[in-house]
Amino acid sequence: MTRWAMVADLRRCVGCQTCTASCRHTNATPPGVQWRRVLDLEFGEYPDVQRVFVPTGCQHCEDPPCMEVCPSTATKKRPDGIVTIDYDLCIGCAYCSVACPYQARYKTDRASFAFGDPMKNESERHDPSRLAVSTKCTFCVDRIDAGTAKGLTPGIDPEATPACVNACIAEALAFGDIEDPASNVSQLLAENQHFRMHEELGTGPGFFYLWDKVEGSEAASAPPAAPLP
Amino acid sequence: MTYGEVPWQQQAWDWRAAGNFMAGGAGSGLIVFAALSTLAGRPAPAQFACGAVLVSLGLFCVWLEIGRPLRALHVFFHPGKSWMSREAFVAAALLPCALAAALGIAFAAPLAGVLALAFVYSQARILEASRGIPAWREPRIVPLVVTTGLAEGGGMFMLSSLAHGPGGVALAFLAAALVLARWLLWRRYRGVLVAPARALNQLDGMARWLLWVGTLGPLALIGAGLAVAFLFAAPDAGASDSGIQAITAALGGAGALLAGAWFKFILITRAAFNQGFAIQRLPVRGVRRAAP
Repeated sequence: MTRWAMVADLRRCVGCQTCTASCRHTNATPPGVQWRRVLDLEFGEYPDVQRVFVPTGCQHCEDPPCMEVCPSTATKKRPDGIVTIDYDLCIGCAYCSVACPYQARYKTDRASFAFGDPMKNESERHDPSRLAVSTKCTFCVDRIDAGTAKGLTPGIDPEATPACVNACIAEALAFGDIEDPASNVSQLLAENQHFRMHEELGTGPGFFYLWDKVEGSEAASAPPAAPLP
Repeated sequence: MTYGEVPWQQQAWDWRAAGNFMAGGAGSGLIVFAALSTLAGRPAPAQFACGAVLVSLGLFCVWLEIGRPLRALHVFFHPGKSWMSREAFVAAALLPCALAAALGIAFAAPLAGVLALAFVYSQARILEASRGIPAWREPRIVPLVVTTGLAEGGGMFMLSSLAHGPGGVALAFLAAALVLARWLLWRRYRGVLVAPARALNQLDGMARWLLWVGTLGPLALIGAGLAVAFLFAAPDAGASDSGIQAITAALGGAGALLAGAWFKFILITRAAFNQGFAIQRLPVRGVRRAAP
């Protein structure tokens, strides 16, 4: 089986938001809607402070609470782990929004454009079926499907890889099949210590955060990193 | 900074969603009381009708909230797992049953009572399944919301005694017991609740109303009404005694109803903070730092 997953290396992310811009360009999301969001977090007190950039969005959970609560069956999970929304079924009740612990879902009731009146590209790419329904990151599922149909490998071949991963200037984002031990993401997870956000809720997120080398490696022989305050 | 790690009040559900929990809970509670009254030999057609209207009003509020109202029937597509679908199915059976009971069809009254219980239970489970909101996903919300709905229904039933006369000692006792149970369940829920501080502040502010207006006041008033009923139970007791009992019951019922509705309004629109974002570890960059 395949399970597509995203890996974000917190040591590498510089908070440039290129992934956010790339996502918005690829998916033509309206202003204020960021399927790939980068959090800018500060920890500690002066002078001992740290700033961390955390890419986030739909975690394509193994047990997605949004899918369970959806009354219209618009939210589904594919066998490869990607959580999708059928815009023709969704009634826009936003139950999924309150069920999602990652604030990954958006509902836009009216069309909005960057400068009020739509620009030419906005007019051409505006999709009325996404109004008043729930929307979120799709892992660029259309790119994955089109790419795999050509025999390409998502996460390796850019044509089959989510736009945010392609755009990342620091190679902080990686995408691949975590069920394949030889995949790029499996290798990253094997070589690095990682966590998933709000893992205690049991949703099984498909979004992993790397924060250090694994124990026993050369870098990890130094004192441990400070836990969060 | 963007959103940071600080939790914020959810914006997906507003007063319209709260309206469903307020009107639907009170309406279904009223239908339960009407069913019990009917079983006790005191038919309550107006209460059945009023309960059905309230449940319908709550569902209408939801209809106002959804983005695609013309697709509203899609709500029935996922009864296997979604409590919102189950609520819709129960409502589809409850409303005709309650109306039939209001028209005096005998078998419909107990059926409507059972369906009303299922309806308010579905509402409680809707909240519990919302894993993005700490104040809702706590499992002890389920008995609290169910009891709140029933206490509100009891309050409305007591309120209706102004128009229809006292509804019976047993139902007054039941309403008082539900009011007391609601407060105890609230304490039990609050005692274990882990939620953002601002959500807890909202709930604690509401708790004063729940105690004084929703619990102690109704208990005193309903108790006074029952005392009047017992003290003046002599055969020559006049209509004024029953009038005093109706007024105290109505005032107590109004308190139980208003406090319950306020609790749910706060729970949905003021205390529904998400948990924000959290990372378990800070990234190790450059020179390693020693743990404190």
